[in-house]
Amino acid sequence: MSETITLEVLRYHPETDSEPHFQRYTVPYRDDWVVLDALNHVKDHLDATLSYRWSCHMAVCGSCGMTINNEPKLSCHTFLRDYRGGVIRVEPLDHFPIERDLVIVMDSFMDKLSSVKPWLIPRQDRPLSAGEYLQKPGELQAFHQYTQCINCLLCYAACPQIGLNEDFVGPAALALAHRYNLDSRDGGKDARAEVVASNQGIWECTFVGACSEVCPKQVDPAAAIQQTKISASVDWLKDLLTPGAHR
Amino acid sequence: MSRRPYIRKVERSWWLRQPRYVLYMIRELTSLFVGLYCALLVVGLVRLSQGQAAWDGFVAAFSSPLGVAFQLACLTFAIYHSVTWFALTPKAMPLMMKDEPVPGIVIVAAHYAAWAAVSIVVLIAAGI
Repeated sequence: MSETITLEVLRYHPETDSEPHFQRYTVPYRDDWVVLDALNHVKDHLDATLSYRWSCHMAVCGSCGMTINNEPKLSCHTFLRDYRGGVIRVEPLDHFPIERDLVIVMDSFMDKLSSVKPWLIPRQDRPLSAGEYLQKPGELQAFHQYTQCINCLLCYAACPQIGLNEDFVGPAALALAHRYNLDSRDGGKDARAEVVASNQGIWECTFVGACSEVCPKQVDPAAAIQQTKISASVDWLKDLLTPGAHR
Repeated sequence: MSRRPYIRKVERSWWLRQPRYVLYMIRELTSLFVGLYCALLVVGLVRLSQGQAAWDGFVAAFSSPLGVAFQLACLTFAIYHSVTWFALTPKAMPLMMKDEPVPGIVIVAAHYAAWAAVSIVVLIAAGI
């Protein structure tokens, strides 16, 4: 008999279940399979009622984030071979309500994301005829790493502060705010500060650093938040010493 | 189809789930000892202002086995806190030089150098 591996998947069907429960599936083991392949095998051959999100299968779309053996991971980026001989426990991402099986409700994140205005807010409106905004390579490098975020929400699942205070704006949204604040074409820092520098923003972060450790795209939200804390403190001090003068 | 999202509660033992959370909690705990030591230094200043006898009593208490053990514990925690903080400084204070990021190790080394310089000044000022 060919080798197999056991998946232990958290199931929750709101129509019939009062609370989630684990269900075991035995799937074929293959060196080149990731956990998402194993879930697809379950869906196609063993249990069509299993629900989960996925799309690209190449760590780009950010849809297939799950808790795999207690660690937030992209299931398309997590090989079975790293768990060979053991049981793989697959759960929805922590700190989000479960819609169904491995599918989470991410409405709270979408609201937080839009609250930090993650788009370019130019200092002055320019006519189209003025051409594009130019940027030097060094100015691009200042924020480039923060553009890599795929909104996979692994950082929210890893962040204990999100678990303890669901209103915390959280790592990815704050990292994206920082990305635009650092952009030489942008002038929207003050407009974002109302949310970013609030008690539910950067000051709710206690620098656990787990967000950066689990990030599959090396965005490093923890760094973004600490840098924003310094920048917001300097702005506060400037405002205190010379009210309104620096804006 | 009715929606009935299920919300899982965060357990009180959440920080035991991952080694990284345990290390974080230890780091948070170290702040308590650093804060306690600072508070005791303030007590020392107050005792100094109250005259020779009060100051001698304070020094005697700090020199007792219990006092020395407490200070050693504070030193250990302060070192743990400082070392882990220095390791994080490249994240909080990244530097750019000529459009290139300064390597993290340089930023960390600069903090250790500053620490050593301040320590030497303090030791000289203390007449050691």
